[in-house]
Amino acid sequence: MLEKPRLLTGLDILSALMILIAAALVFFYAPVEQLMGQVQKVFYFHVATAWVGMLGFMVAGVAGVLYLRTEKEKWDIAGLGAVEISLVFFMVAIIMGSIWARPIWNTWWTWDPRLTTASIVELIYAAYLLLRSGLDDPGKRARFSAIYAIFGFFSVPLTFISIRLVRTIHPVVIGSAEAASQGGFNMDASMKTAFFFSLVAFSVFFADLLWHRIRLGKLQSKVNQLRYQSYEKES
Amino acid sequence: MIPFLKSTAAIVWKDIKTEWRTRENLSAMLVFSLLVILIFNFALELDLRARESLAGGVLWATFIFAGTIGLNRSMAVEKDRGCLDGLLLAPVDRSAIFIGKTVGNLFFMLVVEAMVLPVYSFLYGILVFQPGFLLVVLLGSIGYSAVGTLLATMVVQTRTRDILLPILLFPLTLPVVIAAVKASQGFIQSVPFVEISVWVNILITYDLIFFAVAIMVFDYILEE
Repeated sequence: MLEKPRLLTGLDILSALMILIAAALVFFYAPVEQLMGQVQKVFYFHVATAWVGMLGFMVAGVAGVLYLRTEKEKWDIAGLGAVEISLVFFMVAIIMGSIWARPIWNTWWTWDPRLTTASIVELIYAAYLLLRSGLDDPGKRARFSAIYAIFGFFSVPLTFISIRLVRTIHPVVIGSAEAASQGGFNMDASMKTAFFFSLVAFSVFFADLLWHRIRLGKLQSKVNQLRYQSYEKES
Repeated sequence: MIPFLKSTAAIVWKDIKTEWRTRENLSAMLVFSLLVILIFNFALELDLRARESLAGGVLWATFIFAGTIGLNRSMAVEKDRGCLDGLLLAPVDRSAIFIGKTVGNLFFMLVVEAMVLPVYSFLYGILVFQPGFLLVVLLGSIGYSAVGTLLATMVVQTRTRDILLPILLFPLTLPVVIAAVKASQGFIQSVPFVEISVWVNILITYDLIFFAVAIMVFDYILEE
């Protein structure tokens, strides 16, 4: 329990290596996109970080269900860890997207389904963390935040669908217009390699971070236990 | 089934009765809604054309803000006076408590809406009394009060209960807001029903999913 598992150390090294290789692929292997130039390079890590954000969101929902069914502390820690990691990665994805959108769309932000959904997910996470900080009883905190994660899990897809429908019902706005005018492009083989490699690299990194977070959470509750025991002994 | 319905009805009746004695909550919600409309009137410069295109949005923003006040109070009262423990001690199903509280909150929300809508159509000359529009108001309020009641039950048990409810509730009820605004707007501007039906379907889907999930998880909130 107190020893750091060797597999985890291995995973640390693996994810560091993979991210380095992914960066190398993005900058030296994948060609520069003709129309957009260097700024298109943001795309590889942007999609990868957004993917990790979505992954964390799903993990939090599933961990919520598992916690309510089993009442095991590890699922509570896993849910919290997934939310914390995904909060950071979504923020990174949004900032990278804005950097790309400024020259390509000529604006930092539009209320498109993906952007809006990403910002709603961030707000749900913020609410999740506020809810946790308002509760002292660990059991109650775990149950309530599990329930909130499950609700978010169901509500976010509906938000995405609704915003998407706003666009399809009014055909004038984005959507059916030429892909190129919105910054779409075709990937050639080396771009695809770089893209999928970054996706896998960031997924491994996510698993590594989540593992660390779960270990940290377990150590934390162990410390609390020990502190309580020593307090009992003294009094 | 019959005892279940009976206990649900008893909880709804208790809420209506206590509210009727003081009418504190309802009058606060109503005055608040009128103030929100007044603020929108000046914030958005509701001239003739804007009135039509913004009516749905202004109305739903008003209902949602007023609804939050009602939801917060309805659970806070139970907690403060120890009524929640009483309810839990009563030999009824937990989901009967949830449905009872939800129906009670829905009822108060509908009462406020029934008073705000005529005022709004009087002030701005917009025809809102169409069956379709009223259906949207009902469906939107059902989803909102179901999720709101569940979250309010959680929020009253936290340290930060006075501020937490809207923060938790608004991001989760965004689909309701989008669909209800779009559908009400459609009815106000007499768009053919084929184009509105998708929004009504989203509202129905939301109501069904969240009502089911809320009933499933409500037990865990009241566990001691």
